[in-house]
Amino acid sequence: MRQSNLALKDYQEEFEMGVDPKIKPLSMIHVSIAFVAFILGVFGGLIQGLARGGMMQLPSWVTYYQILTLHGVLLALVFTTFIIFGFLFAGMSRTHGAFSDGLRKLGWVGFSVLTLGTLLAAAMILTNEASVLYTFYAPLQAHWIFYIGLALFVVGTWIEGAVLLAHFFKWKKANPGQPTPLFGFMTTATILLWIVASIGVAVTVLVQMLPWALGLTNEINVVLSRTLFWYFGHPLVYFWIMPAYMVWYLIIPKIIGGRLFSGSLARLAFVLFLLFSIPVGFHHQLMESGISEFWKYMQTILTFVVVVPSLLTAFSIFATFEQTGRAQGGKGVFNWIKKLPWGDARFFAPFMGMIIFIPAGAGGLINASFQLNAVIHNTLWVVGHFHLTVGSTVVLTFLGMSYWLIPVLTGRRFTRHANRCGIVQTWLWAIGMFFMSGAMHLLGLLGAPRRTAYATYSDHPQALQWFEGIFTSHITVGVGAVMLTAAGVLAFYNYIYLAFLAPKGETEFPMTPDPIDTQQSPKFLENWKLWIGIAVVLIIFAYTIPIYEMIVDAPPGSPTFNNLIK
Amino acid sequence: MHLHKYEKIWLIFGVGSLVLFLLVLGVSAFAFGHQPPSHMGKVDSQNLAQDPVFSNPGVTQINETTYQATIIAQAFGYEPSVVEVPEGSTVIFQVTSKDVVHSFTIPETNVNFMVTPGHVNMATHTFNEPGEYLVLCNEYCGTMHHMMQMRIEVTPK
Repeated sequence: MRQSNLALKDYQEEFEMGVDPKIKPLSMIHVSIAFVAFILGVFGGLIQGLARGGMMQLPSWVTYYQILTLHGVLLALVFTTFIIFGFLFAGMSRTHGAFSDGLRKLGWVGFSVLTLGTLLAAAMILTNEASVLYTFYAPLQAHWIFYIGLALFVVGTWIEGAVLLAHFFKWKKANPGQPTPLFGFMTTATILLWIVASIGVAVTVLVQMLPWALGLTNEINVVLSRTLFWYFGHPLVYFWIMPAYMVWYLIIPKIIGGRLFSGSLARLAFVLFLLFSIPVGFHHQLMESGISEFWKYMQTILTFVVVVPSLLTAFSIFATFEQTGRAQGGKGVFNWIKKLPWGDARFFAPFMGMIIFIPAGAGGLINASFQLNAVIHNTLWVVGHFHLTVGSTVVLTFLGMSYWLIPVLTGRRFTRHANRCGIVQTWLWAIGMFFMSGAMHLLGLLGAPRRTAYATYSDHPQALQWFEGIFTSHITVGVGAVMLTAAGVLAFYNYIYLAFLAPKGETEFPMTPDPIDTQQSPKFLENWKLWIGIAVVLIIFAYTIPIYEMIVDAPPGSPTFNNLIK
Repeated sequence: MHLHKYEKIWLIFGVGSLVLFLLVLGVSAFAFGHQPPSHMGKVDSQNLAQDPVFSNPGVTQINETTYQATIIAQAFGYEPSVVEVPEGSTVIFQVTSKDVVHSFTIPETNVNFMVTPGHVNMATHTFNEPGEYLVLCNEYCGTMHHMMQMRIEVTPK
């Protein structure tokens, strides 16, 4: 890696845009709701860890599965979605100029719809009318208001997504022939992915579940609803990962004092995510009847293809690190590592997320490995897996991001005190997760089920050993959960501090200077019609025949089962 | 688009590994028959009492060492709740659901599949060790999900 970064100064004469003050409240309210959801969700996780390990008993007015539903919805849907849109609104303003008044107002409309949907769903969960977990598999049935809430949630994200897309394409039109800023390119890929994917969940909620919950239809096609959910459910994880990758590609290089290694490779990675992260949902349904082996295997192949953009990302990010470390005088094979800003939480938290993504990704390959999935399907292994991916890689990246994003939005300074909290929080999270996720993975290999309250199965020896291992034990999971809660409280304190208490001042919205290859970026990468077209063709290939068979060859449907959840 | 030499090596290694993994999975599945449980058989989940197979859940012997276990999963248990076979038996499980989605899972074996209402799912396992095997449901099915279980008694020869 001998591309020089020292040319950086010549490039940097262009005018630095800040975040438009008018968009800051919209961005900040997203971040605030995300953090409230985060801390509530973290405490939900603590209660589950302790209850499952038999270390505490739940009071009679709340059930394990109600808390589990709340934990999943608050962290996987509310925290992620709100903080992602908060980040994208601020970043699009920073890189593409101020939003027009019309678009900004439409953004507030989207926010209102999104928040209303969230509140309706939350109210149903809190009143124990919707303890169906965040996957809400039919024919367990929640209150119809829960489904209305979900539908509004999705529509709200579509409105907000449309605002971001409109802002990007306006810039593109005003700057013909120019390579688009990477932030806008990546935002566009992420939002397009989200819109195409969420059509699946919108269809199952509006066409199947809502009429069924309202009593307009008597029966539901269960396998079809699960398939539509997972058509959405896997790209959902890329909707979390892609904004985290945006932090890695665009923010981290600036924080470490360098520039991104390659712009075209970054664009290529995001295009590949858009193409290959949707037609893969069957890898969540490998153990299920009613879908043939052939189509499961086809989607397994496509699942493996979506590993490639992550390989590209790993190379680009570490190349950026090495290039920057060397430009700053790091010599020899490894000495450049010392040049990285290890004491800076804005770097260290996402970096820890990157390291954790290595075992997380390897575990993901195991999960997707077709017949091998039988060993771990629906065991605690899977829970351990996604607490590494979304629960560590994505969370740590977003927390590291929030440490500069919040003061940018509130006009305060990211102080040494906040930085120190951030470093401690990152270590606590990583160590707590080592215990919790590590024990979960091993318990899963011993067959311990996921999504299950404290149970010894009439003291069956196989179930008892899940409590008796030195490390491989529900007790270890509980200990990890306590440490993670401490880290979560610290992160929430940092939010309060940076939002309301830190000294007033200027904080930088870090953004990598354009990569050296920006002007050579191939034109076809910007051809969105082409990418959407290919994505649709792949979806049609992977899903048409199996979904057609599910509909025309459907068994008699299922009635409602809402008595089982109360 | 320029690819750095090291990046080419990295991608060839990475993509090569993925192709190798897929080949192993594909050969194992389509040449040796190690397929994931994907049975296409259908039933009417609301009228299992009239079903020719599931109206009479239980174990039937197919040949000297092979048994067929027909099992109904429902909130929050299985019917029958105990299956007894001699050591060394190969058991073909065929399971369906009377109500919501369940699983049929024998921990520490490869028997672990989803049971969706309207479909039948199947797996086969040979029990070489005598003992009392735990079967549990690992798909959330309601408030008492964690109580859902049955046993397979494998008696010594």
